[in-house]
This record gives sequence, structure tokens and C-alpha cells, in this order.
Amino acid sequence: MTAQLRPTAAACPACVAAPAQTVESAPQEARIALSLPGIHCQACIANVERALNAVSGVDSARVNLTLKRAMVEAAPDMQAAELIPVLEAAGYEAHELDPGAISATQTDRAGRDLLMRLAVAGFASMNVMLLSVSVWSGASDATRDMFHWISAAIAMPAIAFSAKPFFVNAWSALRVRRLNMDVPIVLAILLALATSLWETSLSGEHAYFDAALTLTFFLLAGRYLDHRTRAVARSAAEELAALEVHRAIRLTDAGEEQVPVAELMPGDLVLVRPGGRMPVDGEIVEGRSEMDRSLLTGETLPVYAEPGFAVSAGEVNLTGPLTVRATAVGQETSLHRMADLVAIAESGRSRYTSLADSAAKLYAPGVHILSALSFLGWYIYSGDLRTALNIAAAVLIITCPCALGLAVPAVTTAASGRLFRKGMLIKHATALERLAEVDTVVFDKTGTLTAGTPQLVNLNDIPLRDAQIALALAQASSHPLSMSISAAAKEAGIAPLDVSEIEEVPGFGTQGLYQGQQVRLGRAAWVEAEPGAQTAAWLAVGTEAPCAFLFHDALRPGAAEAVTALQQAGKDVRLISGDTRPAVEALAARLGIKTWQAEALPADKAQRVRNLTDHGHKVLMVGDGLNDTAALAAAHVSISPASALDAARVASDIVLLGHDLSPLADACNTAIKATRRIRENFRIATVYNVIAVPLAVAGFATPLIAALAMSASSITVSLNALRLR
Amino acid sequence: MNILTYLIPISLLLGGAGLLGFIYTVRSNQYDDPEGDARRILNDEWDDKPKP
Repeated sequence: MTAQLRPTAAACPACVAAPAQTVESAPQEARIALSLPGIHCQACIANVERALNAVSGVDSARVNLTLKRAMVEAAPDMQAAELIPVLEAAGYEAHELDPGAISATQTDRAGRDLLMRLAVAGFASMNVMLLSVSVWSGASDATRDMFHWISAAIAMPAIAFSAKPFFVNAWSALRVRRLNMDVPIVLAILLALATSLWETSLSGEHAYFDAALTLTFFLLAGRYLDHRTRAVARSAAEELAALEVHRAIRLTDAGEEQVPVAELMPGDLVLVRPGGRMPVDGEIVEGRSEMDRSLLTGETLPVYAEPGFAVSAGEVNLTGPLTVRATAVGQETSLHRMADLVAIAESGRSRYTSLADSAAKLYAPGVHILSALSFLGWYIYSGDLRTALNIAAAVLIITCPCALGLAVPAVTTAASGRLFRKGMLIKHATALERLAEVDTVVFDKTGTLTAGTPQLVNLNDIPLRDAQIALALAQASSHPLSMSISAAAKEAGIAPLDVSEIEEVPGFGTQGLYQGQQVRLGRAAWVEAEPGAQTAAWLAVGTEAPCAFLFHDALRPGAAEAVTALQQAGKDVRLISGDTRPAVEALAARLGIKTWQAEALPADKAQRVRNLTDHGHKVLMVGDGLNDTAALAAAHVSISPASALDAARVASDIVLLGHDLSPLADACNTAIKATRRIRENFRIATVYNVIAVPLAVAGFATPLIAALAMSASSITVSLNALRLR
Repeated sequence: MNILTYLIPISLLLGGAGLLGFIYTVRSNQYDDPEGDARRILNDEWDDKPKP
């Protein structure tokens, strides 16, 4: 049943066209996609494929090392959960991917289309260039005419095919009466072709077929680089989304069934096991547990949940199984309603004009005016339409924005590649430029600066016997605080005492019998203790006074380094959290952050960020929770860790793939360097124009000079971009 | 100069063959996993006969 629901991840266009009814009659193959972050060599490919093929029911398995994925064709009832242990036994970390979410990267039509056009332009420009070289080196009369005609025969269809993206873009800009970079490009190409054809028919000396084709080739190369960078980022972002396979357990009269979250309806009963995330908004009808709401509100203290308690999608169930009656599903859940806040905040960012756009705004009218003026000047001066048109075409070709077209994509490709290797995924095209302008950094606390896992702090103050009893009780539970106690106690070499009849009471804690006395480890109210401000678990032995185990949030690795490095780089670092005052204050003191705010609501956070922006600051927001999404969207540029909620990752420009925060400061430096390179590239391109344009306007430009200027500037710009490494 | 009547079509044909070859490789997904394909050749499985 699940197999039919999956969207067809067709790898070829013909598969889409194939009749669909055959699918229903024949048992459909299950396609399972697995993410394998740990593979890196030929031995890994062989081991993974051998391990997967050895499983009965698997028809074929193929590893893609570039994407670090395995695609498995298997019997319809095969589940990814059966394959993951097989791979783990072979020593490879594996995660299930939702094949529907990654299908878009399988067939990158647009990229393939660009590559094809690039190949045709390259082929044609090389052939025409060869013919042109012989013209430049002295072919004359009938030979030159023949070469020109052959060039025309190659150039016309080649340009019609490969320059189509520019024609389309220029037309869509002109239709709304605007100018973009593609308008001068198209004008240059068309004018060059037209005058060259005219010249050729009059057996003239100068034809610009080679220039028109080389121009198309270089510009397509820039477009292709740009597209590649974005496609890589998109595929990695899609992979993050695909890692969250959205399934839920629905309770019906017939029993439990696993269904995709999209199929749940309001009124359905949903079972959420400990450790599971709430798929819907709803009300608890059965079971007791504790809820971790840190992703939604930033609070680190788990909340007690019992029947009648309202839960929101995105909260994590900690201790006991819960049955929830859904009140809102899918787009209606509070998780999705947050999207409205994001949409409002988003409008601020769209006001940013990229460097390329502002260059184009200066450049496009300038070129047109210059070319028109030289046409008019020469027409009035010589009265010869042919000369004037030739010179106008030469000016357009020489000032062609070929270096400008390469200037930005070459640098962003190099910079994004460098940052990707450090574990940062640049999702947005202008994110790097915006990151370079940042002067204020706002951090969220829970899940961003802290790892979201509690750490026991006062083990040394606790009597040995109590620690031993606590360890025995904690080992029986999978609650985060219990796991932290057992980890800390084991590290200190403490052995558990013999506690019998241990049972976990969902929502309260764990209890047992020690030497005939009842022992309890759990919430303050349950052991009759006074709750404090800090996260704590309490141990009560018989009627003795309860003893507190205090916790603080463990810092995310690299958090301290990132904050120090950002402060040293002269940036104003702030902390805004939805958590309680003491927790935030303690963390701010620990990291040396002077400006902080606690108990901030989602709207407060966004408002804070907007206030800073209004005061002329360029804000970088780093956050992971649902309560950060609006702030992430309102900030000048935003970063979220890979562990963040889907909504937060979508709202941010950059995703941190690893667990470590330390690449943050380095990313700012790389962004500044990249922006500097882009500006340098613009300057280089301008210098070439300043030298070549007077020649063209004066009528000294030949196709040879045009070809030299164009190639030289494009190559200089690309080499300059590569210096970024 | 008559040699040009042969050489130009020949060079265009050869170039065109290269272009068609490239288009074939793009269409048959040969650039989907460049890293994996480069590594697979180092693998000594199926060295004696092709994979069935």
C-alpha cells in the first residue's frame, strides 16, 4: 500500500509517459533510498552493495558516491528499517530518505538542458573560431567569403538553440518594460549576427560570428556554474528534508496502522511512542508523559502532560506512550500557522539588491546609450549606414557583459564549495553577499548554542550511596535526564546498587525498592520537594529529605569558539531566548555575551531583530526552533543547524550540516573575501572595457581585437575567482 | 586550395560526432555520479567477467 502512494520517482522521461495501469496489476517494486554519510571510497561502494544485495528480497542496490546515497529496488513489502541494521552491521551509518522528497534531484532537467546548450555553443564557437583564425591570418576574396558563409551556417542555428535562455529572459524583462543583464546580451548577439550577415553578403572584411558565439559560450558557462552551485545546495537541502520520513501510527478499531502524516484527519486517534515527535495538534486522551517543547518555545524544562492536555505538532514525547486525538492536521497545525509570521517577515529581505543586479542597473543603460551614440555619431559624420552599424555592433560586442556574467557565479561557486567542505550549505543565491555585510549576530539559546542535552553538574556534592541508587533507577529509563545521570555516574566509576522492582511511572519518574525502602527519582512534586529554578531531578530514599541532581545544558561543540571569534571580529553578539531568565543569564555569563534577553515570545524575537535592522544594523540570526522562524526570516541573513525544525531550515539562508558551530566565524570571513573578489572582478571587467571601448567607438576595433578582449577578460575574471581557495 | 572542400566537411563531421557523443553521455545519466564511477574502476570485483 505504501508503495502505491509514493510519487513515481521516474529517472527517464519515457517512464512518465508509460501507461500507468500496468503498475496496478503487477506488484510494484519498492524503491528505498538510503543516505550513507560515512562512505568515501571504492571499498565502501563494494561493501555496501554486497551487504544490500545479500538481503533476500532486494533485487538490486546501487550506490551513488557523489550524493552518498544508495537506491535499492526491492520486493514491495520491504521496509528501509530492515536494511539499516544490515548496513550498520557492515559498519556504515545509514538513514532512511523519503524517495518523494529527493525525486526532484534525480532528474535535474534544467541543468542538463543548460549543459547541452553549453556543449553546442562550445562546439560551434570552436569551429567558427578556426575559420576566423584563417581569415585573420590573411585569407582574402572568395576564400574569405566562403569561410564567412560557412561560419554563418554554423552560427545561426547554434545561436538559435544555445542562446535561447537569454532570449527568454530578455523578453520577459522587456515585456514588463524593464532592463536586465540579458537585454544588452541579446542585443549584442542579434546585432552582431545581423551586421555580420550583411557584411558577408557584400563580401565585407569584418564578420563577428565568432564573437557572437564565444560570447554565448562564456555567458552560458557562467549560467551553468551558477545553476550547479544552486543545484548542489538544493539537493543537500532536499536530503535534509527527506531524512524526516513523516509517518504516524493511527489507532483504528482494527488496531494500529502506519500511515503517512498527510493522511491523518482531525478526530483520528494517533499513538505517539516515547521519543516520537507529535505529528498533529491535538488533545491527550490516554497516557501520561513529559513533553519537550524546546523546539517550539525554547524552554529546556520538560512539561508534564496528562489526559486533557493540549499538544502541538513538533513537540517531542519523552517518557510514556500517549494517545492523542487530532484537532488540527497538516497546514492547520500551529507549526504551519507560524508560516504566516514568516511570510510577513520575508518581505524585508526581498529588498536586497545583489551586487550583480546593481552592476547591471548601471551597466545596461550605459552600454545602450554608448552604442546608440556611436551609431549616430558615425552616421552623421560619414553618412554611411553600413559603417555606423558595424561600429555600433563592435561597441556592443566589446562591452559585452561576459566578464560581468562570469564575475559573480565564478566567485560564489568557489566560495560555496569551500564552505560546503566545512559543513555549511549556502541555500540562497545572495546569502554570501549579505553575510559579508553583517555587524550584529543574534543567537538563539536552546538547540543552537546548547546541544539540547542536559549535563549533570553536581555529582561531586551527592553522597555516594544516593548516586549509586540514582544510577540504578536511571538506567531503567530513557528520559534525557536519566540518561545524563547514568552517563555521568558511569564516567565517574560509580557502580549501581541493587534496587529491585524498578518501574517507570510515565510523566513522573522511576521508582523501586532498596533494602525494603521505597526509592524514587523524578519530578520535584512527585518526591515532595520544592522545585528550584534550575533543571533538576530529585531522588527520595524512604522518608529522608530528597536530594537534588542539578543539570545545565551542554554547550554545542564549537559554540564558545564561534562566539569568541565573532566578538574578536568586531561583531556585536547578542542572545535572545524563550527560556527562563536564570538559564539564559547563566549561559550568557558562561560565553561572555553581554546583551541578552530571556522569555522572548516568537513575535518578540522578530521584533527585536527588526528594531536592530531599523537602527541600521545588519543582523545575522542563528536559530533552530519554531519560535525563531520569524526572526530568521526577518534578519538580514540567517543560519540554522541541520538539527533544526524543517520550518526553521526553510526560513534560513544557510544550513550548518555538522554538529559544530565553529565554522560560523570562518564563514563570515570567507563571505567578506568572496564579496571583495566579486568587486575586484567588476573592476577588472571595467578596466578591459575602458581600454577597448575607445578603440571600438573610434572604429579601430576588428573582430580579432573583440575576440582577444573578450577571452582575456573572461579568463582573468575566472582565475581571480579561483584565488579564493 | 581545393583540399578545403574535403577538409572543412571532414572537420565539421568529426566535431559533430564529438558533440553527438557528448549529448549521448548527458542523456544516459553518465554525469550523475562522477566520483563513484571514478572509484568503481579500482574495484576488483567483476574483473574477469562483466556483472550479469
